[in-house]
Amino acid sequence: MLALEFDETKCANCKAVSCLVKCQYMDLDKDEAKIEWQKVIKSEDSPVLDACTTCYACEEYCPFGNHPFYLIVERQEERGMFTAPRPITKQWINMCEPAGKFRLGKVKEQALSFCFIPALRSLARGRLFESALPSWILGAEFFCNVVYLHFAKTSVIKDRLPKITENIEKQGIKELICLHDECYGSFNSLAPAYGIKVPFKTTHYFEYLYNKLKEHKDAIKPLNVEVAYQRNCSARLVPETDHFVDDIFGLIGVDRVEREYDGENALCCGEIIRMVKGYKLADDVQKRNIDDIVNAGAEYCVFNCPFCYMALAEKMAKRGIKPIHIIDLCKLAIGEKPALEVG
Amino acid sequence: MSDMYEALVKIVGKNYVSNQKEERYFYGRDPGLMSPHEPDYVVMPRTTEEVQKIVKLANKEKIPVVPKGGGLALTGLVIPLKGGIVMDMKRIDKILEVNERARYVIVEGGTTEGGLKSYLEKHHPSLRHSIPDAPPIATVVANAVIHGQGRLTQQYGFNSDMVTGLEVVLPTGEICRIGSCSISKYWFSRGAPMPDLSGLFLGWLGTTGVITKMGLKLYPRKKIRDVEVFVTDKEDLVPDILFKLTHTEMVEDINIWCQPHPPMFRENHHVTILITGDSEEELQFKKKMIWDALQEYIDSKDGGFMWVMPDAKPTFLEMPLESLSKFADVRKGGGFEYSGPIVLAEDYPECSRKLAELAVKYKLTYSGMVRVIGRSHCIMFGFAYTFNRADLDEMDRVRKALHEVAEFALEQGGTHWKPTVDEQKMMMERMDPDTLKLMGKIKGLLDPNGIMNPRNWEVG
Amino acid sequence: MEKYAEQIHRCFRCGWCKFTSDYLDLNCPSYKRFRFDTFSTSGRLWLTYAWLRGELEWSEHLAEILYSCTTCKNCVEQCPMGFADDIVDWIVGARSDMVEKGKIPPRVAHFFEAIHGYGNPLKLLRSDRGAWANGTKRYEPGDEYLFYVGCLGSYDENAQKMAMSLAELLNEAGVSFGILGSEENCCGNEVYMLGEIGLFQVLAETNSQKFKELSVKKIVTLSPHAYNTMKNTYPGFGANFEVYHYTQLLYDLIKKKKVKLSQNKAKVTYQDPCFLGRYNKIYDEPRRILQSIPGIELVEMERNREDSFCCGGGSGNFIMDLLAGGEDSPSRVRVRDAYETGADTLAVACPSCMTMFVDAIKAENLDAKLTVRDISQIVKESLASR
Ligand SMILES: Cc1cc2nc3c(=O)[nH]c(=O)nc-3n(C[C@H](O)[C@H](O)[C@H](O)COP(=O)(O)OP(=O)(O)OC[C@H]3O[C@@H](n4cnc5c(N)ncnc54)[C@H](O)[C@@H]3O)c2cc1C
Ligand code: SF4
Ligand code: SF4
Ligand code: SF4
Ligand code: SF4
Repeated sequence: MLALEFDETKCANCKAVSCLVKCQYMDLDKDEAKIEWQKVIKSEDSPVLDACTTCYACEEYCPFGNHPFYLIVERQEERGMFTAPRPITKQWINMCEPAGKFRLGKVKEQALSFCFIPALRSLARGRLFESALPSWILGAEFFCNVVYLHFAKTSVIKDRLPKITENIEKQGIKELICLHDECYGSFNSLAPAYGIKVPFKTTHYFEYLYNKLKEHKDAIKPLNVEVAYQRNCSARLVPETDHFVDDIFGLIGVDRVEREYDGENALCCGEIIRMVKGYKLADDVQKRNIDDIVNAGAEYCVFNCPFCYMALAEKMAKRGIKPIHIIDLCKLAIGEKPALEVG
Repeated sequence: MSDMYEALVKIVGKNYVSNQKEERYFYGRDPGLMSPHEPDYVVMPRTTEEVQKIVKLANKEKIPVVPKGGGLALTGLVIPLKGGIVMDMKRIDKILEVNERARYVIVEGGTTEGGLKSYLEKHHPSLRHSIPDAPPIATVVANAVIHGQGRLTQQYGFNSDMVTGLEVVLPTGEICRIGSCSISKYWFSRGAPMPDLSGLFLGWLGTTGVITKMGLKLYPRKKIRDVEVFVTDKEDLVPDILFKLTHTEMVEDINIWCQPHPPMFRENHHVTILITGDSEEELQFKKKMIWDALQEYIDSKDGGFMWVMPDAKPTFLEMPLESLSKFADVRKGGGFEYSGPIVLAEDYPECSRKLAELAVKYKLTYSGMVRVIGRSHCIMFGFAYTFNRADLDEMDRVRKALHEVAEFALEQGGTHWKPTVDEQKMMMERMDPDTLKLMGKIKGLLDPNGIMNPRNWEVG
Repeated sequence: MEKYAEQIHRCFRCGWCKFTSDYLDLNCPSYKRFRFDTFSTSGRLWLTYAWLRGELEWSEHLAEILYSCTTCKNCVEQCPMGFADDIVDWIVGARSDMVEKGKIPPRVAHFFEAIHGYGNPLKLLRSDRGAWANGTKRYEPGDEYLFYVGCLGSYDENAQKMAMSLAELLNEAGVSFGILGSEENCCGNEVYMLGEIGLFQVLAETNSQKFKELSVKKIVTLSPHAYNTMKNTYPGFGANFEVYHYTQLLYDLIKKKKVKLSQNKAKVTYQDPCFLGRYNKIYDEPRRILQSIPGIELVEMERNREDSFCCGGGSGNFIMDLLAGGEDSPSRVRVRDAYETGADTLAVACPSCMTMFVDAIKAENLDAKLTVRDISQIVKESLASR
């Protein structure tokens, strides 16, 4: 069985215990945090295990590259805990169970991964994807499975992820362009943390978009709009990709508004919280997030994750904010039509 | 016989009578599993008077008459078991009157559910009727005749409870008006405060007369509809969930479904909760009441709301639901049939277990489709099995499974809904003998020659 | 065609296919006309299945039921099942079986005989095919477009007027084009839909061959039926040319200001031809053309676009008219629909619709109130230069 590589000594020496102190859903000072975190490490009861909303953020708060969130999930599962209700957990596990259905384009050494999200296939159209597009993969057989962190089920990930990487490798893929941020997170944060080998190169679609936009520089008409950015949970796993957002915005002439819930302080889209904690906290999180965007004077809200988009698009549109996936935003800048629209 | 043909032609015109084998073949069957039996004639009248003439003629000649709407009951109710005339009602399809303020509509005997829905949407956008999820060609009258259930059944009961008056051609040819319309130009009540005679026709499966007009209650159409789906893996909790949900009085319609395909639905029981409101605030308020009512299951992790993605919502919100019809093609074979006994909500756990157990026993693909009737006063539990029409063995296995369902449902204390002839017999065998005698007397009185939909509700 | 025999039992006879998408009206033209369930999609499919299994013997009535389908594809649009796209292919498959066995209604047999003998279903002389053309140029290699006129455009009095106005418009706009005149042959769309696949193949092959010999690169058709078969079926016979329906070309010319329009006051409603709309998803160009004429008010009939109601002329019925008779015949229903909009003009983009509606308007006594005009005619009358 695959095991999490977690370095307890780092925590022993850690003064700030940022993982818990910075948590947006717990109110612990350094000392309390230290105590509770030690309990988690030692597999003892701790309110942390119940209070966690599975927002992924502590993965990024830890300055030492330890994996506090993965450890929390391990501990939750060890205790047979359910974060979301059991039937919902089952539903998600069953939904993405590989069934031997390989949905493939004309796969070449470089391939686009649409994960198990058909919306990504609709997004990846037009000139930016022209050359890469015939080569794609989609479906449960290629699904990154990271989502089960939300359900306290690393066992599912440990079971499925190695097979997924094998499936990808078997297609002869040498470079996988991940259109789902979370896939990139799974191959670059989660897989190494569990010692899972990833026998191909992975490229975040941000980087791909950035390069393609440069190729199509002449076609870009600066959009000159104020945008807010909805930073999603899995971005916490690979914060090193963040700079591409600003790089892309720079190329297409959009201005990222300053707002409270951005960067490390970003807020979850709320739908996972709805499943895990119920509607009250979810509604509160969504309201604070959208209020913040409105107050910051943004015209658009730009999404990285298609699920955040589905969770928030309609609610934002009702408040006069135009929701748009970053791929669609790039398409807009070169005069193409967006794929996802509200209504 | 050819005299009969000529006589029918005289009544409705040549274009609307057939004794050709193609019509006889088609009208001798329904989409379900009952054995075929062909009519001698298919007739399509256009007016009450034509219906009257046909029935009088048939009564004189002692030839069976079977009224047919969409023919979608699936349980062989429009198969003419003794031949005779199938009377396709779908040409008598006008919508005669809508009384906006008193919220009722008068439809003809063959007006379709789809036709009424779109008519109201277009001409009376603040009103709606309790549309069932049958395909839109199903008829409004037939649906009441079989005590159907629709989108407003959780709030207002069986669709037949919403009937506000009838015009009926009796088997002996008289035209009767039932309810306030028998003494007034208004169709607001089917009986009260007089004796309620509608019971002589509703539930009788066309064995006591042909309904040519019907008044039906309409209800407010709220501007917005939304859906939540509550999921649990413990069938034993379902009755309690329904009790709590109906207590809120915040819900439009409640359906429960369980099926093993696609895999994401495996092992779980899904409660579809439809909500309506005239404003976002109203909707949000109702949602909160509903969430709060079920919070304890979320806390205990036994149940939770599934995330219905925006693009999946129409699948739940459309009326009628296309997805139900599509169940017929799951085995790529054009068929499904369900037995839908009316049972108590507390029977849900046992019914759902039986459903799955029979599927294993007979190697079938199943879907449980349930609609809550009233404030959980009872439920319709649809034991649905799909089959490939080209696979005779599979069809036979579905028949056997449904037969077991029929026995099981009665043992549970339930009654059959839109019963096959065999299920009617099973019920009559158990029926209080004096009640059965009363049914016999009524039938004998109304239809002395036994011409109407013979073999159905045949006492003794 | 074997495939249909293995699939046809999948119809549940649930009847969604009888309606428009909002259930406002019955939208299968033959069901609307006859009202027996046998004349709906499920009737045809169930009876065919019974015939294939030997439960039902062939009869002329059976064949008429099968042939009264206009292949309008409303059922394809409305059936919720996974096989919906194949329904018309199944019906064509069943017809081809009947053709092979020589068991078809007399009117269908006459239709085939006419095509065999005359190259058109009207039994008119081949040599007269270009008689309408009145000096219109013959196609020569190097011309940009071949204008394929079709049988009705060549021979039917009203459709000829369509062909003439279109030819005039193309000349006016300076489009380089030519016609084949007496060398033109039937396109075969109806022959195919009626299940005479062998004859269709001959037509498709000879036509493709002729186009190739003449180095045709682009074809513009008067009829959506010809457009459909040339665009979607001919490529299977080695044909390699671009095909346009004239409304596409015309709209392009208007956009490029090669056709300039002036005031033309009229209230117009538009009939989507099945082979343009449901078959090829061309809904906008004809409407845009009408809307670009100053003074024209475009009003929609209640059922339009995907929900449009067939004129009753498809599958050769513009000649055979198996759905004729009585006020429920589709063309009469449809002109009443048009009249109800308050329009004074019923615009068409198909010679079959034209023929069907001209007759129906007479039958409905609407002559004084509603006129049928082809879009090319309306455009011609609105030309700025006049
Ligand atoms: C996919 C699917 C989903 C369904 N969902 C629902 C649902 O949600 N709710 C529901 O209630 N049902 C449902 N049904 C069952 C059934 O289709 C409906 O109840 C439908 O309304 C029956 O109408 P019909 O016109 O098809 O009736 P038919 O089958 O034509 O007739 C039913 C009975 O009524 C009699 N009858 C018909 N017309 C008259 C008349 N004018 N006078 C006297 N007797 C008459 C007939 O003789 C017969 O006994 C469903 C069926 C299917 C196939
Ligand atoms: S996980 Fe990181 S931040 Fe938390 S205590 Fe350990 S080292 Fe510190
Ligand atoms: S995942 Fe989020 S909620 Fe959970 S401990 Fe980490 S920061 Fe807090
Ligand atoms: S063709 Fe489709 S919609 Fe029509 S009856 Fe058959 S299954 Fe139903
Ligand atoms: S193609 Fe048109 S005419 Fe033929 S069955 Fe379908 S809807 Fe009816």
